[in-house]
Amino acid sequence: MDTKHIRNSINSWLYPSLTFGTLLLIWWLASARGYLSEQFFPTPAAFVTGFREELASGSLFRDTLASLSRVAAGYALSVAVGVPLGMILGTVLGARLALLPLLNFLRSLSPLAWIPFAIFWIGIGHGAVIFLIVIAALPTIALSTMAAVAGIPKVYFRVAQDYDLKGLQRLTRVIFPAILPQLVTTLRVAMGLCWLVMVAGEMLAGNTGLGYLIHDANNGLRLDLIVVGMVVIGLLGMLCDRLLMFLTRLPGIRWGYDR
Amino acid sequence: MSTGSIRIKGLSHSYGATAVLKDIHLDVSPGEFVAIVGPSGSGKSTLLSLLSGYLKPTSGVLERTGTTRTVHQADGLYPWLTVEGNLALGLPKLDAASKRRAVSDMVGRIGLAGFEKSFPHALSGGMRQRVEIGRALCGGTDVLMLDEPFSALDYLTRLKMRGELCRLLEDQPRTVILVTHDIEEATQLADRVLVLSERPASIVYELKIDVPRPRDVTAPGVVDATKAVLKAMGYEP
Repeated sequence: MDTKHIRNSINSWLYPSLTFGTLLLIWWLASARGYLSEQFFPTPAAFVTGFREELASGSLFRDTLASLSRVAAGYALSVAVGVPLGMILGTVLGARLALLPLLNFLRSLSPLAWIPFAIFWIGIGHGAVIFLIVIAALPTIALSTMAAVAGIPKVYFRVAQDYDLKGLQRLTRVIFPAILPQLVTTLRVAMGLCWLVMVAGEMLAGNTGLGYLIHDANNGLRLDLIVVGMVVIGLLGMLCDRLLMFLTRLPGIRWGYDR
Repeated sequence: MSTGSIRIKGLSHSYGATAVLKDIHLDVSPGEFVAIVGPSGSGKSTLLSLLSGYLKPTSGVLERTGTTRTVHQADGLYPWLTVEGNLALGLPKLDAASKRRAVSDMVGRIGLAGFEKSFPHALSGGMRQRVEIGRALCGGTDVLMLDEPFSALDYLTRLKMRGELCRLLEDQPRTVILVTHDIEEATQLADRVLVLSERPASIVYELKIDVPRPRDVTAPGVVDATKAVLKAMGYEP
């Protein structure tokens, strides 16, 4: 590693730390000087106390686990169905004509509009939140996978024809690798979406989880716990995105970013 | 030596109401190197697409024997595969061991030893085209279609690539159809140069060049042929 590399990697930690550090300082100063009333926002000290309290009781762990497992289940289901569906939509005209308007309709409809039915059909809890995540993420994943397939250069299909890649081979050895870089972007966007919907879903159709933690804290006017929930949700969301970003370094995917 | 032949009789093609090719007649015998030149938009690429089987002609007869592979202008390599991976695409029927041998043999022929594990985006334009030609030659292709294969390269690289193509074809003779707007490229490489007219295109001029390959771009036979083709295309200095 040359010095430029080292400097870049130091900066990639230093700069964000400065941003967050400044925000924390402003928060602390504003609370300490009394500009920020405790009725409107908790003090850093209250936040730390609340955080410890949640940690010690084990409920923060349980809520985090509940939220993570719902996002994982909803996300996995959406990807497992959405990516193949998108590839079919991108290659089969009939499927596109039949399903595109429906998917666009679903995508334009806020998933939160489904909350009454989610509760009505499935009942408050795990299932309802997973349902909401899937109904939000699946159309998005399918549509952007389809768009990625539509954007594959024609020459790749000609090459496939010359080299006898037909049917399933064409799908797995040409279409799928060709869309992989864009698919990673899709997966990151979809992950963000799942995370958003999870919070809203848990607030209205859940009885555990980080979203519910915020909802419950709101009812009890525990502003400190609201912020605890917000911080954990934000940090975990960032972490998930980071993990997906590692995919862009894989050799079969990197080409989409390097040229 | 297995090489394919092509027979075209009264072939016409149109996109909707736009007639692109009109009454084309062409016989290409096994092992022959034919270059097709013409003004841009004259339907050279359409003719190549028909010859490769990507398109079906509107009317007329088109018969091909043997397998056909096309070398594209640029970006015809699969970017998610390494040099080795791309070359191996050309050898689908071999078992793993003979495939490895054949790939490493081709890597040597195209002068890319040491770059086996490189991805196309890490190679220069000339290297990429060498891999594409190598891929197309792998596995006993009969007809090699070249769709302006060197047009994205700089002049000197282009000259070098012409030489390399001749060398590769000497070792592994093929029937070759070259579509290009580089007249000099056509006359330096081909046994026969065909000139297409403006749209709807037909073959308006044909020139046989009986100079043994490899030819120098400044060889008298090549220069004379270039002059003749330019004149046939209506270019007066």
